Amino acid sequence: MASENTAGAAGVAEHYQGMPQLNPDWFSNQIFWLVVTLVVIYLILTKVALPRIAAVLADRANAISSDLEQAERLKQKAVEAEDAYNKALAEARAEANRIVAEARAEIQVDLDAATAKADAEIAARTVESEKAIAEIRAGAMKSIEQVATDTATAVIQAIMPGTGDDKSVAAAVKTRMKGA
Amino acid sequence: MAAEEAGSGFNIHPMDQFVITPLFGDGPILWYTPTNVTLWMGIAVLAVIALLVLGTRGRAIVPSRSQSIAEEIYGFVHKMTEDIAGKEGLKYFPYIMTLFMFIVLSNVLGLLPMSFTTTSHIAVTATMAMAVFITVTIIGFVKNGAGFLSLFWISSAPLPLRPILALIEIISYFVRPISHSIRLAGNMMAGHAVIKVFAGFAGALGVGAVAPIVAIMAVYGLELLVTVIQAYVFTILTVVYLNDALHPHH
Repeated sequence: MASENTAGAAGVAEHYQGMPQLNPDWFSNQIFWLVVTLVVIYLILTKVALPRIAAVLADRANAISSDLEQAERLKQKAVEAEDAYNKALAEARAEANRIVAEARAEIQVDLDAATAKADAEIAARTVESEKAIAEIRAGAMKSIEQVATDTATAVIQAIMPGTGDDKSVAAAVKTRMKGA
Repeated sequence: MAAEEAGSGFNIHPMDQFVITPLFGDGPILWYTPTNVTLWMGIAVLAVIALLVLGTRGRAIVPSRSQSIAEEIYGFVHKMTEDIAGKEGLKYFPYIMTLFMFIVLSNVLGLLPMSFTTTSHIAVTATMAMAVFITVTIIGFVKNGAGFLSLFWISSAPLPLRPILALIEIISYFVRPISHSIRLAGNMMAGHAVIKVFAGFAGALGVGAVAPIVAIMAVYGLELLVTVIQAYVFTILTVVYLNDALHPHH
């Protein structure tokens, strides 16, 4: 074996002449160890490495898809929450409008009542005032009549004393005043 | 020739890195002898464990960096299998992943200084290519019976051309494992040999070896790309062949 390898022993030795690849003495050794190596690598791959990597990759794919699913779910939830918020907002707005309208109506009623009351009061006061004015006017007429009668009596007494009595003077004044 | 090189002080032995040596002692290399092949394939296995088993031990929903790398590789190969061979092809995903992990890690580990590149040996790549070829052929016949032969009978071509095309298709079918294996081994061997040659120049030039060192850096960067691309190419061709076996009708 390996005779070629040592063929140069006569010379400097140790240096291989030609291509070591073509030395048939070494083929069986290489093929044997190659087969052993490939079988060992195959066993390592099929028993440990490949199932493990495949499992890791599958786990990752699952994790990613479940994360995506969850994200989708959360997004859905957010959309729902937004919808609910918008709905609540709309409801609140409607409620507020309703309350405002109610309040306005209530205030209107109060206002109307107050206005009516005020009107009535004003009317009553007007009637009272008119009555007072009439009274005052009547009082004034009476006073004028009195004054006129007194004046007339005084004038008559002064011009022609002893003529006419109070009654006739008063009657005459009354008649004059009515005529006026 | 070796003596001449030694005499000129210009020792470049780019192929020495591909020599197989026993790990213990100096005995003959039998089929079961632990060799540097065993060592570097074992390191590739450890790298697989580190990347895909230790890296994912957290099983985190939000992955750590190492778990992220493992998931990326898994997703990359898984998607490639599904895109090319369809849902039925996913049944064979562990085999494809095994091939891809072994090749990509062997290729990249081979770029470590002083390391040994197991995938630069035609014996290794041809074994894998033949395994793919035989498996795919068996799957083709088991799944489709004689219908698998319609792979060679291009029904969309004009009738007179079909026998000729069938001959070409059959030849190309049987050339597949050869191109499949030589592409990978050749790329690995050539790149590493080129780096070694430049390294030899650098050694010969001594302190002034700026140009070869820059060249090594450039080739190293290129090789990093090539190692991954070749692993990808080997794997994607495997899936394409698998797809032919699963869906032979063009």
